[in-house]
Formats: sequence, structure tokens, C-alpha cells
Amino acid sequence: MSDPTFRDTTLTGATPRESESPVLPGLLAATWLIASKDLAIEFRTRTAFFSALVFALLGLTIFFFAWDPTAVAAIDLAPGVLWVIFTFSGLLGLQRSFGVEQADRAMDALLAAPVEREAIYLGKAVANFLFVVGVQVIAIPAVALFYNVPLGSIWLSLTGIAVLAALGIVAVGTLFSAMAVNTRLAELLLPMLSLPFFVPVVMAAAQTTSRLLAGRPEAEAWPWLRILLGFDLVFVLACAIAFPYTLDE
Amino acid sequence: MTTERRRAPLVDMWIIIAAIAVIAAYVRVIWFTPAEATQGLAQKIYYLHLPAALNAYLAFGVVFVTSIVYLWLHEERADRVAEASAEVGLLFTTVVLTTGPIWGKPIWGTWWTWDARLTLTLFLWFIYAGYIVLRGAIVEPSLRARYSAVLGILGALLIPFIHMSVYLFRTLHPMPIVLKPDRPSLPPEMLHTLMFSFAAFVLVYLALVRARYRLSAERARVAELEASLEGGR
Amino acid sequence: MSAALQPKSQPQVHRPVVEAEGLVRTFGARRAVDGVSLSLGGGECLALFGPNGAGKTTLLRLLAGLLAPSAGTCLVGGVALRADGGRAARSRVGLISHASMLYAALSARENVEFAARMYGLRHPADAAMRALKTMRVADRADAPVRSLSRGLQQRVSIARAIVHDPLLLLCDEPYTGLDEVGSAALTEALGERRAHGAALMLVTHNLSEGLALATHAAIMRRGRFVRYEERGAVDGPSYASAYRELVTADV
Repeated sequence: MSDPTFRDTTLTGATPRESESPVLPGLLAATWLIASKDLAIEFRTRTAFFSALVFALLGLTIFFFAWDPTAVAAIDLAPGVLWVIFTFSGLLGLQRSFGVEQADRAMDALLAAPVEREAIYLGKAVANFLFVVGVQVIAIPAVALFYNVPLGSIWLSLTGIAVLAALGIVAVGTLFSAMAVNTRLAELLLPMLSLPFFVPVVMAAAQTTSRLLAGRPEAEAWPWLRILLGFDLVFVLACAIAFPYTLDE
Repeated sequence: MTTERRRAPLVDMWIIIAAIAVIAAYVRVIWFTPAEATQGLAQKIYYLHLPAALNAYLAFGVVFVTSIVYLWLHEERADRVAEASAEVGLLFTTVVLTTGPIWGKPIWGTWWTWDARLTLTLFLWFIYAGYIVLRGAIVEPSLRARYSAVLGILGALLIPFIHMSVYLFRTLHPMPIVLKPDRPSLPPEMLHTLMFSFAAFVLVYLALVRARYRLSAERARVAELEASLEGGR
Repeated sequence: MSAALQPKSQPQVHRPVVEAEGLVRTFGARRAVDGVSLSLGGGECLALFGPNGAGKTTLLRLLAGLLAPSAGTCLVGGVALRADGGRAARSRVGLISHASMLYAALSARENVEFAARMYGLRHPADAAMRALKTMRVADRADAPVRSLSRGLQQRVSIARAIVHDPLLLLCDEPYTGLDEVGSAALTEALGERRAHGAALMLVTHNLSEGLALATHAAIMRRGRFVRYEERGAVDGPSYASAYRELVTADV
């Protein structure tokens, strides 16, 4: 930048220390930069997080009133409700993920920056992950409260499941969010494309939760967890690799 | 680039041959194949159901491979084949999902059961539908091709996970007992009919994909001509 | 090549900031950029005119690293466009467009600091304030961008684009939507950048605004330069009528 081959350095008006050459952020640094930028925006407006939270709570309420407690025990219903609501409130967060880059074409500035393309995907995925986990921090206790189920007894395992499940839906959802935002049917396409991919995640999470709640041995939950882990591994990698291909280059 | 100047007819030799093959297959199914002892006449729909299913998965495999080819080589023709194969695949998948219950009702007593294969086919249907809606939502050809290719590849990666999940679900949850509809003891005539039917369906697949591909190619050519008429803009 | 502003005794000949040779970009069968070559040195400004669809925006996006060329070579600040995944070249380029590329919910300071960090500056906060001061929006630094007028937003956007002191500044129709005051501020800012040794490429429909800053002028049509000359050789009125002719010829 202050390379004297191209122009005279004294003219740039730079103070001596500024002519230290910049260090381009690496993958992790850029990822964190973009994630914190997204979180800052979300924190400033708070609307998306609040909406997702309210949606989750409303959903829990509606399911409650649609339920016949004499036919199905709470302990059988709750895991399913928990993870279905998790999926749909997660979608709300994912919707806005790339929307923020579309307004005023901020995405162009991201693409013009000297960071690796994968960092854009990973940064947004990290922000989405924190968003989804944030909603869960409130939604899970809400389920315990509304349905009167002792989720606290398995809170450690439940945290693990929540983290793995969030990772899975965020990996796929972030990529599809990047794609959907460039189409004409963005709000319709994101759920339509993502939900088939969410199914193994929801299944594994719900089945594991219900087994643990019923006090069954952990070994029974293990096959489901294996599927969830495998899913996370495969799709975080596949989506990070696929992301640059969605860009016009 | 050489172009055929004569207008190729929409219904060409491929389609005619495929149509004849299918009709022949069904004549054979209906009149020349014995009915299965326990399942009766309803079983004959199996000759429609299984080949359709196999071709639906074949079509999906083609989408997967051509998606990779497109991302790797940026070859437009690969994208057109993928598009054609997806649409034909959706058709076949719909056939599977409708013939399944029609066959199943007399045998299982219920219209739908979360049979492992049927469920997997349902997800195939969802992925196909998403693929086609995605394509419909994008106007710009290279963007459309890129996004479709990504979905085609990710969808293929999803299938094993659906399979594993459904399998695990079913082994842990007893489902309505399904009389074995598989083929362990198919007498030779039925096997031959099945293979004949399968061959006929493959011909239908090829003929339809070819026709759809040509439609795509012609549309692209029209768009090209329009663009050059406007002065290359 | 520009011995633009000599510091002391020796007239130092600088290398060109941008050297492009035969740049091509196709979209399917359409050649949006069809063999463009140019060479621009520090302190020079190329004003790029042309009808809609001529490929001006595509050319700028190629140089900014938003698109990859289908063919041709290009050096920006001495590094190849695609070297190191394009990062090296992109670090030397700043992009201004008619869209602000800002995050409306964040403040001007936060937007520019974010850019400063993305470009790896050692002291991002200081650099951001300096850029905002240069663009005379430092007093509104902490207001959310959405509360600023379009003219002020554009100034913040320029601050964002220059915070890393780019060698090459690409401007795609930056005057769009700006009023008199805003346009004057923009011209002043771009002129200042030019005086600081940056190379500028300015795409605009406004001939007078473009020629005001230009050291070179080009007209692009169907992906190629159909005219390319030094500013000194350009006579305002005759250029304007030649331009009008070329534009209407396409209709």
C-alpha cells in the first residue's frame, strides 16, 4: 500500500506507524470478525432474536392446548415438541442471516475484502449458532415449565444434544440462507430446502431426549447420537466447501 | 457448432419406442403374467411400483453426478441433463408414492405405512421438489445452475442419513406387520415381467430426459439469439 | 506511468497501479467484457463512460475481485489478480458504488472500523476515525447509519472504502442520488485520493463530473473500449456529441 514503487509514501499523509504493512486476517480471525459484526447488528436491533423467542414460546403454548393429556403423557410429548419448535424458531434466525448483507449490497464489501470466502460462511454460521443456542437457553426451561417435565435431571446431556443439533441445522441453514436470499422466493425456499435436512437432526435429538428422560440406559441413545455426530461432521464440511461455489467467480 | 436445420419433432423415435415398450410391458403384466397367490390382482401394481422406484433413484444418481460435473467443468450441458433428470425423477417418484398406497391398502390394511423404502422415497420427493422450486426461483442461468448443483450434491449426501435414521427408528418402533413384498421367491415368469417392465421404464426415462434436455437446449439457444439481436447485451 | 508528484530531486517513475491485458468475462454465451487492456498509474483517474450494458460495472467488479476473469491477465499493485486466492490484490483495492454497502444498524464508526479490521490494519480504530475525519463525517460517527442522509451515508461509504489507503479506487456511479453538496464533497474526496497517489477508475453517466476528475477518458461499448484518450486531448462539447452518437447507435 505504501509501496514506493507505485507512489510516493510521504504523500499518503500517513504517520510512520501506520506505514507498518497490514496483516490480513486469517481464516479464524476473519470468521470471528464477521461473526461479531453479525452479533453486534443483532444486538443493536434485537428484533430477530426476540421474534424467534416469542415464536418458540407461542409454539409451545399452542402445542400444549392442542394436546390431550389423558391420551399422551407429558414426558412422551415434550421431547418432540421441544425439537420441532427448535427447528422452526431456528429457521427464523437463519432467514435474516444473509438478509442483512443484501440491504445496501453490503455483501459486495465482504467479497471485496481480502478475506477467504469460507470465512464469510463460517462467520455467519457461528453467529447463527449462537443465535439458535441463545433461543434454546430460554426455550428448554420453558418446555420444562409448561409441560412439567424434569428436564433438569438430564441438563448436561440435553446441553450436549442442543449444541450438536444447533450445529447441524446451522451448517445447512446458513448455506441455504446464502442461496435463498438471491432468489425470488427467499422466505419460502429456505424452509423448503432446509427442512428435509433437518429431519435426521430432529429425529436424533428427540429420540435421544425421550430415551434419557424415560431413564433408559445411555447406551440406547448412542446410535442416535452417532447419527447426529456424523451428520454434523459431514455437513459442516460439505457446506463450508460448497459455499464458495455459490458465489459468482 | 453444427446445428441441425430441420425442426426435430417433439415426439421422436425415442418416445415412440418407449411408449411401445411400456404398452408391451403392461400387456404382459395384465394378461400374460400369473397373479400372485396371496396378494392377488393388486400385486400387479408392483410391476409399476418397483421399476418406477429404481428409476427414481437412477434419476437421482444422474442428478448427483451431473451436479459434480457442472461444478467441476462448468459445462452447461451437464446442468441441462440434471434439470431434465430431476423433473423426470420427480415424476417417477410421484408414481412410486401413489402406487405404493394403492398396492399397500389391500395388503397392509392401511393407505400409508412408514415403510423404510417408501419413507426414503418420500424424502427423495421432497429433495426433487425443492430442486425444481429452486430452479424456478432463479432467472439467471449460471446462478441457477450453480445453486442447483450444490443442492443436488447435498441432497445425495442426505440420503444415507435419512436411510440410517428411518432404519433405526423402525427397528426400535414396531410398525404394522408388512407381508414380505420382496422378491425372494419370484417364479421365473414374474421375474421376467419385472425385468421387462424395468427395461421399459428405463427407456421411458431416457426418452423423457432426452426430450426435456432438447427443450432446455432450444430455450437456451433462443435466449442466445435474442441476446445477440440486442447487440450482445 | 505517472511521475505524478515528485517529492524531492529525483523524478521517480512509478510502476502502473493497474496493468490489465486482454481481460475477458463471459456469462454463458454473452461476452460482457471482451478484451480490455489498460494501464493506469498512481495519481491518474480514468473516467469510464458508456451505455447501459456496455460492461463497465462488470469490468469494475473484475478489478475489485468480485468476479474472476474468463481470460486475460491483470496486475494490481504488482500482484496478479488471482494470486493467493485473490486476497493480495483485493487488499490494494477500494470499492465505491451507488449502494452504500454499509450496515444500517451500526454506526459510521463501527462500519468503518469493521472494514479497517477486515483489511488487517494495525490500528483500526485510529484509521477509522482518520478516514471519517477526511470525509468530514466524524461528528456523526456514532449515530446509526440509517439515521444519516443519503449524502452523508455516501461519505461514510467512501470512508469505508479508503480506510486502508488503497492503491486503486474503483467508483461505480458514485454520484447517483447525490445532491449538489454531496456531489461536490465526493469530487473533493476523490480528487484528494488522486492527489495522494491512488489510481482511480470512475464509472459515471455524468460526463462533466467524470471529466472534471479525469486524467484519461474512455468510452466502453459491448465490452470493449471504443475510445481511449488522455484528458488533455478531449474537448468537452465534441466529446459529448461523440458520446451521444455512440450511445444512441446501440438503440
